[in-house]
Amino acid sequence: MDIDLMITSLPKLLIATIVTLKLLSLSLIFGLIIGLFFAILRLNKNIFINKFAYGYSYVFRGTPLLVQIFIIYFGLGQIEYFRSTFLWVVFKEPYWCAIIAFALNTGAYTSEILRSAFQTIKPGMLEAGRSLGISSKIIFLKIQIPIAIRQSLPAYGNEIILMMKGTSLASTVTLMDLTGVAKYIISTTFKPIEVFIVAGSIYLFMTFIIHNLIKFLEKKYQY
Amino acid sequence: MEEIMNKLKKIIFTVLVSFLLIGSSNADKIKIGTEGAYPPWNSKDASGKLIGFEVELAWTLCRYIGQQCEIVEQDWDGMIPALIMRKFDAIMAGMSITAERQKAISFSQGYADEVASLAVMKGSSLEGMDTPAGINLTKPNAAAKKALKTLTGALAGKTVCVQTATIHQNFLDSGDVGKVNVRTYKTQDEVNLDLASGRCDAALAAAVAFSDYAEKSGKPVVLVGPTFSGGAFGNGVGVGIRKDDTELLNAFNKAIDKARKNGDISRIATKWFGFDASM
Repeated sequence: MDIDLMITSLPKLLIATIVTLKLLSLSLIFGLIIGLFFAILRLNKNIFINKFAYGYSYVFRGTPLLVQIFIIYFGLGQIEYFRSTFLWVVFKEPYWCAIIAFALNTGAYTSEILRSAFQTIKPGMLEAGRSLGISSKIIFLKIQIPIAIRQSLPAYGNEIILMMKGTSLASTVTLMDLTGVAKYIISTTFKPIEVFIVAGSIYLFMTFIIHNLIKFLEKKYQY
Repeated sequence: MEEIMNKLKKIIFTVLVSFLLIGSSNADKIKIGTEGAYPPWNSKDASGKLIGFEVELAWTLCRYIGQQCEIVEQDWDGMIPALIMRKFDAIMAGMSITAERQKAISFSQGYADEVASLAVMKGSSLEGMDTPAGINLTKPNAAAKKALKTLTGALAGKTVCVQTATIHQNFLDSGDVGKVNVRTYKTQDEVNLDLASGRCDAALAAAVAFSDYAEKSGKPVVLVGPTFSGGAFGNGVGVGIRKDDTELLNAFNKAIDKARKNGDISRIATKWFGFDASM
């Protein structure tokens, strides 16, 4: 065990953690917007809209995240026509490819989490709102959304942790995130165990923080 | 119910024992690790069988050593750790002998040498650099120093792609060509893909890796600048062996001597590279 290597690699890995956190937060923000959008589509009575939203979540939950990143990064990059469009400005950068893949992936899971949360809301609550003459828009914003968020907190907390671990795949498209830098250090020291133990501990610590944050929110919004 | 449990136990026991037997029957074979993704050094054919210069050379060397061999596949970035952890006993994966790697493992004498080169897509602004055909970085002469200066100017702010944990990455990290934006990939295939897609302004690898890719894909990949050797690029490609395994190291050294004398290395090298890359 090379303790010195573990100590000297820690600051480098901590700096790389910033990249990981940036990837995670941006993917979660975009993912939440996508998830909410598709959850609402899923609740739509129109069969085509409904099936379209279901198809999206089915495809992105049914394929590995690594495959999705590879298709978005290496796959799209091979299409000559695609490279001539304005979209290439975004897709040329590995950073945005990773965020797009992560956001679409977590968006699919989030849409399912939110959909089931919406469906658990008792009809009585909505009827109570309607009987008071509250418009359906206000009912949606002030009753359905807050309850759905509270209902989905435990499941969404899991999704955040899964996504946090998923960001390690960013290193496969050349990004120097926590895993990327860990691999880089290993490529010059040839000591994977030491470096991965430190990197793993940092991931574990982030899980610890996220886990407790969600627990705190769950307590705060208990009803 | 109990009968079923007993049967189940028997099945599990048999499976475990057979695993043990499989494990032990391979014990006296020399296991050689290769990447299988760096043509023409080592690669795989359509059916997934390992082929290439080093695969064929490995069988030849094993014949001279007089022991059974097994060639196993290993991702490049885990090659040296896997050797140290005894997943296999020798590396033959186009691995150049460098001082940095020699801190971790031993190398046999070199069996082949290659030059590295930058590659770009046809029409790149990096084409037509005024540099000598090849430079040696072990003791760079005036022309080599001037070439490095030209490269430093041309590559400033450019993205150069390399495979991770390679001599090519070490060279770019060394600062000999100034501060370039280095992007690292797990395999050379991925480097080639991103060079073709235009995400990389240039790529650095063995010159043969690019000519092989250009030939097979039909993409307009062209070599630019000088070819590199010496210095960070090491002194030829050898067999990587664990430091405490001197017996195997000697066996490989002797086998390489014999194979060289009998012309086997030249013959196999010419077959795979199209020129005699042996040393």
